[in-house]
Amino acid sequence: MLIDFFSAVGDVLSSESTYINGALFAALLAFAATGEWVAERSGTLNISVEGMLLSGAFAGALGYHLADSVVVGLVFGAFGGLIIAVVQAQMSHRLTADQFVVGLTLNILIVGLTGFLDREIDPRADRASTVEIPVLVDIPLFGQALFGEPWPFYLLYGLVPLSWWLVYRTRWGLELRAAGENPQSADVSGIDVNLRRRQSIYYAGLTSGLGGAYFLFAQIAAFDDSIIRGQGFIAIAAVIFGGWTLWGTMGGCVVFAGALSFQLSLQGLGYELNTELLQALPYLVTIGTMAIFARRVRSPAALAQPFIRGLK
Amino acid sequence: MTRGARAAEWVVLYALSIVVALAISSVIVKATGGDWWPVVEALVDGSIKAPGRWGETLGIAAPLLLVALGTVISAKAGLINIGQEGQLLMGAAFAVFFSFRIGGPGPLNVVLLLLFGALGGAVWASVAGLLRFWRGVPEVLSTLLLVFVAVQAVGYGLKWQWLLLADEASRGNRNLVSEQLAKDNRIPRPDIFGNEFPITVYVALALALAVAYVLARTVWGFRLRMLGHNPRAAQRSGVSSTVYGATALAIGGAFAGLAGAAMFAGGGFSFGNYRLVPGFSDFIGWTGLLVALMARERALPAVVAAFVFAMLRTGAGFVNSTGVESRITDVVQGLLVLALLVPPAVVFLRDRRRARAAATERV
Repeated sequence: MLIDFFSAVGDVLSSESTYINGALFAALLAFAATGEWVAERSGTLNISVEGMLLSGAFAGALGYHLADSVVVGLVFGAFGGLIIAVVQAQMSHRLTADQFVVGLTLNILIVGLTGFLDREIDPRADRASTVEIPVLVDIPLFGQALFGEPWPFYLLYGLVPLSWWLVYRTRWGLELRAAGENPQSADVSGIDVNLRRRQSIYYAGLTSGLGGAYFLFAQIAAFDDSIIRGQGFIAIAAVIFGGWTLWGTMGGCVVFAGALSFQLSLQGLGYELNTELLQALPYLVTIGTMAIFARRVRSPAALAQPFIRGLK
Repeated sequence: MTRGARAAEWVVLYALSIVVALAISSVIVKATGGDWWPVVEALVDGSIKAPGRWGETLGIAAPLLLVALGTVISAKAGLINIGQEGQLLMGAAFAVFFSFRIGGPGPLNVVLLLLFGALGGAVWASVAGLLRFWRGVPEVLSTLLLVFVAVQAVGYGLKWQWLLLADEASRGNRNLVSEQLAKDNRIPRPDIFGNEFPITVYVALALALAVAYVLARTVWGFRLRMLGHNPRAAQRSGVSSTVYGATALAIGGAFAGLAGAAMFAGGGFSFGNYRLVPGFSDFIGWTGLLVALMARERALPAVVAAFVFAMLRTGAGFVNSTGVESRITDVVQGLLVLALLVPPAVVFLRDRRRARAAATERV
C-alpha cells in the first residue's frame, strides 16, 4: 500500500501532464489572485471574485460566439468581470451595504444568471491556439507547462509585474495601500478612501474576468456554470497564504494548483487510490495551509472594515 | 419626520426595489426571447394554485427557514458562515447513520434522529469555529471550503456498508444510496385539504419565534448582538469572542444539520424519498443562506423570505412549460436579495447627510 503510494507519487511527478494541468489551474488562480491581492491591499475583502471568474468565462464564450475571435472573447471576459466589480464596488463602497453579503449574493446570482443565459443562448467557443516559445519549450517536464501554452497564458507574464508596479511604484498604489492600512489618516490627507477601494475592485474584476475567459479558452472551450467550482475562493486563500505579498500570493496559486493537478493526474494515470480523499485534497491543503499561515502574517490593518467618514 | 411617514417611506422604498428587481428579471427574459407574464403565472400555479402545491411549497420552506435561522444566529455574532450546504449534508449523514446503525423503531427514534442531525451540522461548523478561534482562519473561507470536503466525505460514507451504504438486498441495482427509512420512523405528513407537508413546518415556525425571542430578549442574545456590533466593547465587558463566537457557529451549523435530518426523515419525494443519495442537499443550504440575507439577518422576516424562495423553487418546475429556462428563478432570487440591500443603505446615507448638515449649520 505504502509502496504503491510512493510509486504513484513518483509517476505523477514525472508525468508531463501533471505540470501542464498544474500550470492551467495556477494561471486561472493567478489571474484572479493578482486582482484580489490589489483589492485586499486597499482594505476590501472582495469575495465576489468567484462570480467575476464565472462571469468572465461566460462573457468570454459569448464574445467568441459573436465575433469568432479569442481576442474579442478575452475583452468580453474582462468586461464580464468588470460588470460584477461595478455592482460589488458601488453597493459595498458607495452604498455601504455589507461587502460579504453583496459578494455572496453576487456569486449565487451569477451562477443562476450564467446558467440561464447559457441554456438560452448556448454560446460555442473554441480553444485558443498554442504558442510555443522556442528552446525554452524543450526543457524537460516544465518546458511544455510554462512555455508551450495557449497564448492568453502569456498575458500573466505581463499582468503580474504590472500589478506589482501599480501597487508599489505609483502614487495610485501608495494611496491604495494607505486606504488599506489606515483609512482615517488616508482620508485626512485628502485621499478618497472609498474611491480607491472601488477602483481596486474594478481592477480585480478586470483580471478575474480575464482569468475566467482564459480558463475557458485554454481548456474546455464550452461554457458550463460549474467550471469555476470554488476556484475564486481558493484564489482568496492564496492571497492569505501569501501573506498579502504578490510573490507569496503567486506561490499560493502554485501550491493550490499543484494539489489539484496532483489529484487529476493520479486519476488520469489510473491509480485507484481513495478518490473522495483525493477530490477533497485541494480543499484540505488550502484549509491546512491557512491554519498554519493565517496568524503568522500581517494583513492590511483595515482589511474588510468598511470606511465611513466620521464613524470609527 | 413623523413615525408614520418614516414607516411609509420604508414601505415605498422596499416596494420600489422589489419592482426594480422584477423588472430587471423581466428584461432578461424578454432579451432572450421569452415572455414574462406566462412565467409569473407558471410560478404562481406551480407554487400555490395547482392542487397539492402549497403543501409542497411549505415542505420546502421548512428546511430553508431552519437553515436561515442558523445563519441569523451566527451572523448576529458577526460571523459569516457560508457553509450551510455542507453542514446540512453532514446533518443528513449523521441522521442516516443513527437511523440504520444505532437507533431502533418508534417515534422516539424520530426525535433522536433529528438531534443527531443537528449534532452533525454542529460538528461540521465547529471545525470552522476551531480554525477561526484557534488558528485565525477566516470563517468565510473555511466554512465554504468545508462544503466541498463534506460532499466528498458523504460520498465516501455512501461507499461503505458499515457507514451509510444500504445492504445489497435493499439497494437493488443502485450504487451510493442509503437504506430507505422505515415507515414508522418518518416524520408524519398529515394531509390538509389535499396538501401534505411534514410537521417540521410547525417546528421550524416555533423555532423562528424562539430565535427571535432569544436574540431580542435574553442576556445571551444581547451579548451575541454586542459581539457582532462591537467586538472590542464586547470583549471589554466580559463577552468572550471565542466562547460566544464558537457557540454561535456551532448553533448555526446545528440548525443546518437539523434541516438536513428533517429533509431526510420527512422530505418525501422532494428530497431523496427517505434515502440519502449523492446530491441530496440540492442547494437548500445555499438558498437558505440567501433567505437569511434577504431577511437582513432577522428571524421573523426570514419566515416570509423562506416561503417566497420556496415558491420560486416549486414554481420553477412549472416554468419550463412556458418555453423559458426554469433557472430564471435563480436569477430572480439573487436580484431580490441585491435589491433589498439598497433601501437601508440609502436611508442610512441620507440620514447621515442630513445630520451632518444640521450639525454644520449650528456651528
